[in-house]
Amino acid sequence: MDLLEFARGPALQAAAYILVLGTIWRFVGIVLLKEKPDYSEPRKSGGFPAALKVIYTRSFTAKPFKAATMYPKMMAYVMHIGLFAVLFLFVPHIMFFKGFLGFDWPGLPNSVIFFFGVAAIVSGVALLVRRLTNPVLRLISNFDDYFSWFVTMLPFVTGLLIPVRMGVRFETLLAIHILSVALLLIWLPFGKLGHTFLVFITRGTTGMVFERRGAKT
Amino acid sequence: MTTVDGRHTIDRAAERLAYKPPEIRHDRQGDLDDKTRIDKAMYNFLKNFNSQTASYLDGCLHCGMCADACHFHVRTDDPRYTPIWKIELFKRTYKRQVGPFAFFYRLLGLKRKVTIDDLQEWQHLLYDSCTVCGRCSLVCPMGIDIAGLVTMARHGMFKAGLVPHELHEVAKRAAETGSPLGITAEKFEDRVEWMADEHEVEIPMDVEQADVLAVMSSIEIQKYPQSIAATAKILNAAGESWTFRTDGFEATNFGLLSGNPDWQKEASMKLINAAVKIGAKTLVLPECGHAYMALRWMGANMYGKPLPFRVLHISEYLAEALNSGKIKVKTVDKSVTYHDPCQVSRRGGATQAARDVIKHLGVDFREMEYGGDYNWCCGGGGGVVTITRADPLRHRVFKLKMDQVEKTEADELLSSCANCRQTFDDGQEHFNWDYTMGSLMEMVAENLEEGRS
Repeated sequence: MDLLEFARGPALQAAAYILVLGTIWRFVGIVLLKEKPDYSEPRKSGGFPAALKVIYTRSFTAKPFKAATMYPKMMAYVMHIGLFAVLFLFVPHIMFFKGFLGFDWPGLPNSVIFFFGVAAIVSGVALLVRRLTNPVLRLISNFDDYFSWFVTMLPFVTGLLIPVRMGVRFETLLAIHILSVALLLIWLPFGKLGHTFLVFITRGTTGMVFERRGAKT
Repeated sequence: MTTVDGRHTIDRAAERLAYKPPEIRHDRQGDLDDKTRIDKAMYNFLKNFNSQTASYLDGCLHCGMCADACHFHVRTDDPRYTPIWKIELFKRTYKRQVGPFAFFYRLLGLKRKVTIDDLQEWQHLLYDSCTVCGRCSLVCPMGIDIAGLVTMARHGMFKAGLVPHELHEVAKRAAETGSPLGITAEKFEDRVEWMADEHEVEIPMDVEQADVLAVMSSIEIQKYPQSIAATAKILNAAGESWTFRTDGFEATNFGLLSGNPDWQKEASMKLINAAVKIGAKTLVLPECGHAYMALRWMGANMYGKPLPFRVLHISEYLAEALNSGKIKVKTVDKSVTYHDPCQVSRRGGATQAARDVIKHLGVDFREMEYGGDYNWCCGGGGGVVTITRADPLRHRVFKLKMDQVEKTEADELLSSCANCRQTFDDGQEHFNWDYTMGSLMEMVAENLEEGRS
């Protein structure tokens, strides 16, 4: 078994298992904790629609906070959009997904994907610089913040290196890229990258609690 | 303002540069040893970890945006005042003891055990520099209710005997005498009688059956007694069958503010029992922010079942009475701005009520920039106004509020919270400020249409 076969096969498969099991473990660990009933008389119905509302609305910054949070918000947007575009709209990736989903969808030209990839890396670096220089972030940051940044950036970098080659075999570069993705998948459920699914729970909970009060969400 | 080491600051704009290390005072109640204090703090942190708090504590991205929403951070640039940092010990305890990966955190030593020094340091962050105003909860991209977590973290601090002395003393007095200012039932009766004579208004007391139970806050009884008369005038004008009760008159809840759920429950149960006893259909809370949070949103949970009566903040009562035509007011020819009490508006959901009342008063209403739900807190909520050692910090924070008010250029400044009112009074005195905080309810009472009162 060469490196590429290992990366494509057992490595990716193990990473996928860890991703799924870790996510379930974390999710169950949170939702299984007891919750006391709320007997207060609701002002509004709250419930599931309120959860959906806040899951959507909290994607945007309220006007009073716009100026102060513009820089990190914009960078985070660019990074997430870049991540989405590269992951789901790059033709080789679509072919990879087709391999186990059985269907495909139209992709974007490679030059556009390249732009998204570079934009994601630039915004990632900008966010790291902010984390390293802003006194608030320096105080509250821990290993998870830096390691999560590293494993998120790695697939972008290894992916962009594939066409560059620099004398290295394509298969080796591809294998390294896939291994970096495996590392990301393995780490995702354990650290802050868990916000991929936690964001729905935290925003949803706040939506339900505060909408019920008729309070600002 | 420059931070030398995160704690010691030099005011570069000052006339003479002065480096003054602040006196750090770590308060301790009782004579527990350090280990017991830590154990008690941990145990009472743990009691609050349910699926809601767990998702919040697990969900933080460390983006730091909450710092930009917090008046304490905005005014000082001190990173320790970042809201999510204030609950760091609570968060660390969760991750170490309860979270889905607690086993690994402990095994690999990834989350340090909380020490007595940590707890003492955080006393300043959980009490002196947080009014639980919840502005940070609105900026969080994950939607984490940080202010709610601060309230819970205070439970651990209280049980460990690590509360600022002043706040603890006030809360203790409230538990012992029924009022944070030591106002007994007899004193309350005296004040009510005095106000009834002074304002020539009938004030029912200890009526056995009534539709409405009205309650007051000690701050009003002591400092703004005219509020008693104003409440009576309004309820009389509305033709309500109502009463004050000597067995349930105190609306403030220092158990909630100091972090003692037992005292919180005792205070709430007094009001609930009094209302149940007289068969009240409605309990009208006075102009007090945290009283609204304590009874409107937490009261039923203290009772263990839904309350058999409605709970209304006085601004909600006024809005209903004015909207339905139960009472009428004369037009007031003034420009007015309104300071929203955080627990009534932003966190309580009754933001519109005060605006309805203001509309009926026909004033030239000047909403503050980002008023209503995004309003800057007065800086005195959450028990902070009682903590004397926090005064210099509170005054710095108050400047934000002053700017917000001044920009409106309104003739009058109103609110519907006696705690905000005393914070404004204190700020006014400190800064020699022009604005005097007035009461929305009192403005209604003074301008009631004659006839029924």
